[in-house]
Amino acid sequence: MAEEYAVKMVDITKTFGTVTANDRVCLELKKGEILSLLGENGSGKTTLMNMLSGIYFPDSGHIFVDGQEVTIASPHDAYTLGIGMVHQHFKLVDVLTAAENIELGLPGKLVVDRKAIARRIREICDRYGFVVEPEKKVYDMSVSEKQTLEIVKTLCRGANVLILDEPTAVLTPQETERLFAVMRNMKADGKSIIIITHKLHEVLEISDRVAVLRKGAYVGDMTTAGADTQTLSDMMVGRAVNLNIERAAPENPVRRLELRHLTVKDADGVLRLDDINLDVNGGEILGVAGISGCGQKELLEAIAGLQDTEEGSSVRYYPQSPEGPGEELIGQNPRTIADMGVRLAFVPENRLGMGLVGSMDLADNMMLKSYREGRGAFTDRKPPHRLAESVVEELEVVTPSISTPVRRLSGGNVQKVLVGREIAANPTVLLSAYAVRGLDINTSYTIYRLLNEQKKAGVAVLYVGEDLDVLLELCDKIAVLCGGRLSGILDARTATKEQVGFMMTNVAGAEREEDKA
Amino acid sequence: MTSLISLLNNAVIFGTVILYGAIGEIITEKSGNLNLGVPGIMYLGGIAGLATAFYYEMLAANPIGVVSLLLSFVAAFLAAALGGLIYSFLTITLRANQNVTGLTLTIFGAGLANLYGGSLNKLAGGVGQISVSLTSRTYRAYFSGLANLGVPGKLLFSYGFMAYLAIVIALIASWVLNRTRVGLNLRAVGEDPATADAAGIHVTKYKYLATCLGAGISGLGGLYYCMDYIKGTWTTDSTIEALGWLAVALVIFATWKPARAIWSAYLFGVLYWAYNYISGLTRASIELFKMLPYVVTIVVLIVVSMRHSKESQPPESLGQSYFREER
Repeated sequence: MAEEYAVKMVDITKTFGTVTANDRVCLELKKGEILSLLGENGSGKTTLMNMLSGIYFPDSGHIFVDGQEVTIASPHDAYTLGIGMVHQHFKLVDVLTAAENIELGLPGKLVVDRKAIARRIREICDRYGFVVEPEKKVYDMSVSEKQTLEIVKTLCRGANVLILDEPTAVLTPQETERLFAVMRNMKADGKSIIIITHKLHEVLEISDRVAVLRKGAYVGDMTTAGADTQTLSDMMVGRAVNLNIERAAPENPVRRLELRHLTVKDADGVLRLDDINLDVNGGEILGVAGISGCGQKELLEAIAGLQDTEEGSSVRYYPQSPEGPGEELIGQNPRTIADMGVRLAFVPENRLGMGLVGSMDLADNMMLKSYREGRGAFTDRKPPHRLAESVVEELEVVTPSISTPVRRLSGGNVQKVLVGREIAANPTVLLSAYAVRGLDINTSYTIYRLLNEQKKAGVAVLYVGEDLDVLLELCDKIAVLCGGRLSGILDARTATKEQVGFMMTNVAGAEREEDKA
Repeated sequence: MTSLISLLNNAVIFGTVILYGAIGEIITEKSGNLNLGVPGIMYLGGIAGLATAFYYEMLAANPIGVVSLLLSFVAAFLAAALGGLIYSFLTITLRANQNVTGLTLTIFGAGLANLYGGSLNKLAGGVGQISVSLTSRTYRAYFSGLANLGVPGKLLFSYGFMAYLAIVIALIASWVLNRTRVGLNLRAVGEDPATADAAGIHVTKYKYLATCLGAGISGLGGLYYCMDYIKGTWTTDSTIEALGWLAVALVIFATWKPARAIWSAYLFGVLYWAYNYISGLTRASIELFKMLPYVVTIVVLIVVSMRHSKESQPPESLGQSYFREER
């Protein structure tokens, strides 16, 4: 009897340190079907697929390919089993040609036969409708060309199961259409495809079945024919959980920051933020919700003076009242912003990289904000020393001493040090990105308490978060980003989780893309 | 005319030393390992070759030049490759910092070699220099018939076999890197180990082999220095170290292309020896002239960075350790 399933994953568990990325996940892929793997950022989709492609090795669980139990210890094993994955960050060598990239790591004669590879590439291209130039160097290729090359590469290696990790994130609508056409051709040819995505309209358009992960656990699956965007987004975000985070009513909020037409393009010219208009008030916590990579980082960094913006973007800062003149922050850098008297605190996503220096101790890290004080060439070490001591005491940082390199502290304690330093400067604006990511429950509540204290002190708090339950209970307002666009601002007290989830995976954006196409 | 020929002859001999060092280092760097231990590795190769020849000449009843040559050649290669193995173990398996490891290896190699070099001098009678004249003569042997064919003969055929071997190794390295599967995989490892890994290439194996082979070839530079450049003796004036650093500079000058390293090495030789053939130089200006190879390397670096040419860049992952499950 022919095996119905191309791949079966049973009870797969994978942990990184104390973080469980996958918790007893089961997944089945039928032969000749396109399966969407849906989930929020951090739900463990990519980790799960990486175990199928041999990048990671599961802590426990079983994988069956064509009904046979297999061990996939390396990418090589995966290829042997006919599993190929196209990663979000392309695994291509820039200085090599398309043909050379395809030939990488394959067995064969010592001297590379370029003509034979070119022939094989053309064969596959003709069969599925790709366009690849074998002798073109990867650094000369567009994103879409690179992706095509990746897919051709896996097919050249005889992949029957193809995993695509958010393939459309980097594509224009037209390119997406072309990709989908190719995927349908491959399906017709009997290949099985898993597509990781969080764009609901794509799930509905391309796949036969959809499986949903949430926080590392398997939620369920359904045939796409019976699904609509609302049910899918509900499955993705889950039921609301009561967290009992204390939330005071905002006391006479005043406008602090006024963002107008904020537009950011990355180095490749792709829009990261598209015409954002947003007010941030002192005495309020404004939450920012969105799937990861929808412009959150660019938003915060544009305000902090770390991000180049497009013509016409404006971030005005109102020191006293909104009637005052206001000062333009665009075009400044962190130092000139500080010189303007704007007390901006920034708790970046990348704590040991942008926030703190891992190999320096607590006191020295405190000094990163005050190194310009002191006489002449000498820094004044006493205040940062005192500050480090008070942060350790007040926030109960667990550390052997204040002269311990922060790298040796646990994630939660690192975050306490960072937040402690930032709020010690009495900020008027506090930007925070994923402030509780990877933290245990107690430390998370400490951070919430600190943010609330800042809010009561009249600080304008911008809280970029990923846990919708927290956003709904901590924030006063929630701005929802989707693909670099602001899909709406909700009152956090009345909004529902379903509403936010729906706006994050925003149908308005889908309609817009269709307009463009 | 005679002085020009003599300049070019000297330049080739000088260039051959650093060409070995540079070819070895190019192979190493193509795997993503920045081995700054080249000077130390050349020291190891030099002393191992010299010591082997010395003991053979001392202990054998009727020493034969060719046997001594073979023994010392193999010993030099193995000792230097062992240096590469130490480096590989530390940086690949233990993921130690590559720069620190390389510099430490240089200090280690220099110290060890000079310790043994000094002891050998003592063993040789304590009065002056050790000399392995028989072996050195074999290394420096050439066909006098060809070399006497006027100017071209003198220019092209008056060197020991290792000068030609260096060119052959450079050409083979160039061919392997650009035309073969092994070279393609090696370049991928140095550019982007994660990609190479995902393509099913054994990254660790490639890094180890390239680094050890590269070190072995670099070590031959030290051997050539001892046997040919200073004619089978040992000096503790740290010239090998200076040449080792020039070899590292040559890698940059040749923009990681072995074939280009050949003429670049001789150019370095000309630049280095030019002071000898320009009259009226003071001691101070001689030192300025000796600086020329380093100056042109910096100029090349500037030009390459300004042109943004993707083809002339160092391997992308140069200097970084690779760990698959890093997040």
